[in-house]
Amino acid sequence: MKALIKEIDKPVSEDRRDFLKKLGCGIIVVFSVGNPLEGRTRKSVLEDFNAYIRIKENGRVDCFTGKIEMGQGVYTSLAQVLSEELDVSIERIDMVMGDTELCPYDAGTWGSLTTPFFDPLLREAASEAREVLIELAAEKLGVRKTQLKAENGIIYDARKRKLKISYTDLTKGEKIVRSVTESKLKKASEFKIIGKPILRQDAKMKVTGSAKYAGDILLPGMLHARIKRSTAYNAKLISIDTSSLSRIEGIEIVQDGDLFAVLHESPDVAEQAIVSVEAKWEIPEAKVNDETVFVHFKNSKPKTNEFESGGSLDDGKKASRIFVEKEYYDGYKAHASIETHTATAQYKDGKLTMWASTQTPFGTRKAVSDALGIPLEKVHIKQNFVGGGFGGKIYNQQAVEAAKIAKLSGKPVQLMWSRQEEFLLDKFRPASVVKIQSGLTGSGKITFWDYNILYGGDRGAKLFYDIPNYRCATSTKEGVHPLETGAWRAPSNSTNTFARETHIDIMATMANIDPVEFRLKNLTNIRVRRPLEAVADKFGWKPNKSLPNGSGWGVALGEDVNVYVAMMAEVEVNKLTGEVIVKRVVCSQDMGQVVNPEGAMLQIEGGVTMGLGYALSEDVKFRGGTVETLNFSNYEITRFSVTPQIETVFIDDMDSPPLGGGEPSIICVGAMVGNAIYNACGARLYQMPFTPQRVLEAMPKEDL
Amino acid sequence: MKEVIQFKLNNEPVELNVDGGDNLLWVIRYVLGLTGTKYGCGRGDCGACTVLVNNKPVRSCHIYMEDIANAEITTIEGLVQNGNLHPIQESFVANDAMQCGFCTPGMILEAYGLLKDNPKPSLEEIKTGMNKNLCRCGSYGRIMAAIREASEKMNGNN
Ligand code: FES
Ligand code: FES
Repeated sequence: MKALIKEIDKPVSEDRRDFLKKLGCGIIVVFSVGNPLEGRTRKSVLEDFNAYIRIKENGRVDCFTGKIEMGQGVYTSLAQVLSEELDVSIERIDMVMGDTELCPYDAGTWGSLTTPFFDPLLREAASEAREVLIELAAEKLGVRKTQLKAENGIIYDARKRKLKISYTDLTKGEKIVRSVTESKLKKASEFKIIGKPILRQDAKMKVTGSAKYAGDILLPGMLHARIKRSTAYNAKLISIDTSSLSRIEGIEIVQDGDLFAVLHESPDVAEQAIVSVEAKWEIPEAKVNDETVFVHFKNSKPKTNEFESGGSLDDGKKASRIFVEKEYYDGYKAHASIETHTATAQYKDGKLTMWASTQTPFGTRKAVSDALGIPLEKVHIKQNFVGGGFGGKIYNQQAVEAAKIAKLSGKPVQLMWSRQEEFLLDKFRPASVVKIQSGLTGSGKITFWDYNILYGGDRGAKLFYDIPNYRCATSTKEGVHPLETGAWRAPSNSTNTFARETHIDIMATMANIDPVEFRLKNLTNIRVRRPLEAVADKFGWKPNKSLPNGSGWGVALGEDVNVYVAMMAEVEVNKLTGEVIVKRVVCSQDMGQVVNPEGAMLQIEGGVTMGLGYALSEDVKFRGGTVETLNFSNYEITRFSVTPQIETVFIDDMDSPPLGGGEPSIICVGAMVGNAIYNACGARLYQMPFTPQRVLEAMPKEDL
Repeated sequence: MKEVIQFKLNNEPVELNVDGGDNLLWVIRYVLGLTGTKYGCGRGDCGACTVLVNNKPVRSCHIYMEDIANAEITTIEGLVQNGNLHPIQESFVANDAMQCGFCTPGMILEAYGLLKDNPKPSLEEIKTGMNKNLCRCGSYGRIMAAIREASEKMNGNN
């Protein structure tokens, strides 16, 4: 084998060097997905690559990335981008994702960041690889580089098509490692695959049941673990009575502090066993519940942090004819992925191997290594599909538990949380209150905006309306939430968008101006106007249109990770029962270059559909640290019966960089539906979800 | 108490020595090793565990082994015939009717049952018929389109 190892043209850190040595032959291009949010420069990105592609000796192409596939479709869109720039068919690409030994480090898959930050670099890497191939081909064919063209895995002489060589033949026996230099990328006009609708590459595995999730890994001699849980957060284990277990054959017990688990080869037996164990817990006194939580918020003294301001609120107030002051409320929401947190693990010869449902394989590796007190190299997280994440699978508690149990028992172990554990141990989207004070001139120009978020995040709260005087602030206090909170598909944005867009609608009503016209009147930002105009056109919005009794239209605008969204809905309200049916939703997103319109549409539909749950029915009920909604029967997520017709319009711009589309579509749903309900029946809702009872209570009395 | 239970799984006879009270879902996954059938709630609320028992979709998390003696069980793995996808599977692929895919096997088998009873369902009938199967990724619209397409294909073939 002629192993021609060319020096990599950028410095690479020690462990990265080792990593590259271990790789077999082929043409390898390393690159790194920088996240500007972490303040990384292009240079530091090159020194610390976290992804690479390899054209193997058999002509197939591997794309190695620490990202994972949890439904968002990057398994397909990344392959598509690679296929375009490398000129190979998508069928020849193998995605190797989230394996901590095969893939370079990655911080995690979240925040709609994969597409905006990964795509451009992957394209550059692919184009670099193509350059290497063309160089090799020029040498082998004895033709000048400029004369060569690549097409579908073959390089040929543009003047003499018969003179050609395949990637397979070029790659044999070579080992060439490059990092990304300033590569020449294809122009949008040259795209053959980017921008084309491509069906999911993982679909066939998913419809035949062969796609493997963490719980589908069956190890020989594997035992099923079940953990004794308290019914509340922060409970302390006082005593445990295991006498019932002596009657159960083959049961094993593992205990490590408060972690008490039983293991059995049959999950049925393990379940019965854990139920039979009697545990006493010290449960903290229940001070707050889902109804009193907002009063509790107001009574606690938070620290306020202003994140945006301009002009002077006093000036704004002086210029105002109309004043609007309102408060908006939102409760806790669960992630409720259909796959519960699962991990399959084996501890052998000092090393832990694990398959886990996680959005952060490398975070899992770290957490497990810390928990077991073993070095990082002794933990290997392997690739599997993830059955939904939405921000919920970044915390890895199940992985740590499974690792501890596997180490203590010395047997291969699977831990699959029950649905009840999933709801109890979730880190919820925080409940919060948003207070807004604003003013208007007599002609409907917004004069000032005073925006205060109490105990929620500020994502999506940045102003895009033209308001000369404004102040936006968040107020927080450590430990104020009675439940654990965390990231949830576009964290806090849905709450902020609900508050802002409802408030804007109220102002439009008070100014006696159509809600769309009112928004346009106060909006010069073209990136927001474009989707709004596009959606109004597709929806057929007309001011003062008279609709059948009980029907209404609503609009909302929003921004998430630099993607602008405009949405409209038609709803029907049953005035006797308060029930809301969303009939039709039109969504327009300005998302830069759309790599896979099919995939993007899927994500938008998914976001709207999931969003209807938080808008209409999802609400975590609790008493102190005890969660009462532990099943789908009382935590109502969207079902078939409430799924509306959903249409999408992209504002695409194939020459601009791609933006992430997984989360933005969810943010407008609450506000849009709330505004449509008001239009339908005059019920103005200040709290999500819009349950029939809340709708009835808010309905103007003369209508009843 | 262990007992011998016989049944057919994906057209093959099976004989198992299991506890009659064992859960069909766990037996399918962990004794028979067919992991396409998923756990989502264990209480009949989500449909991720749906399999066919005598050609009818049931929640395997809710069925005990003693209840399926001599029955014919079909799991998602059994829907492929001679290497060909079932028309419902085909239309799920063609319509991108999934995202994370965790609910997908259950959705397909539920749809199988629906189309058996009602070969040409209207959109409303699909909504009602499928309503107890949950998909957190929000693929419902696509799934409905896939079922309609499959219904057309299957009727055309008859
Ligand atoms: S797992 Fe059986 S219905 Fe949810
Ligand atoms: S595709 Fe993820 S739950 Fe249905």
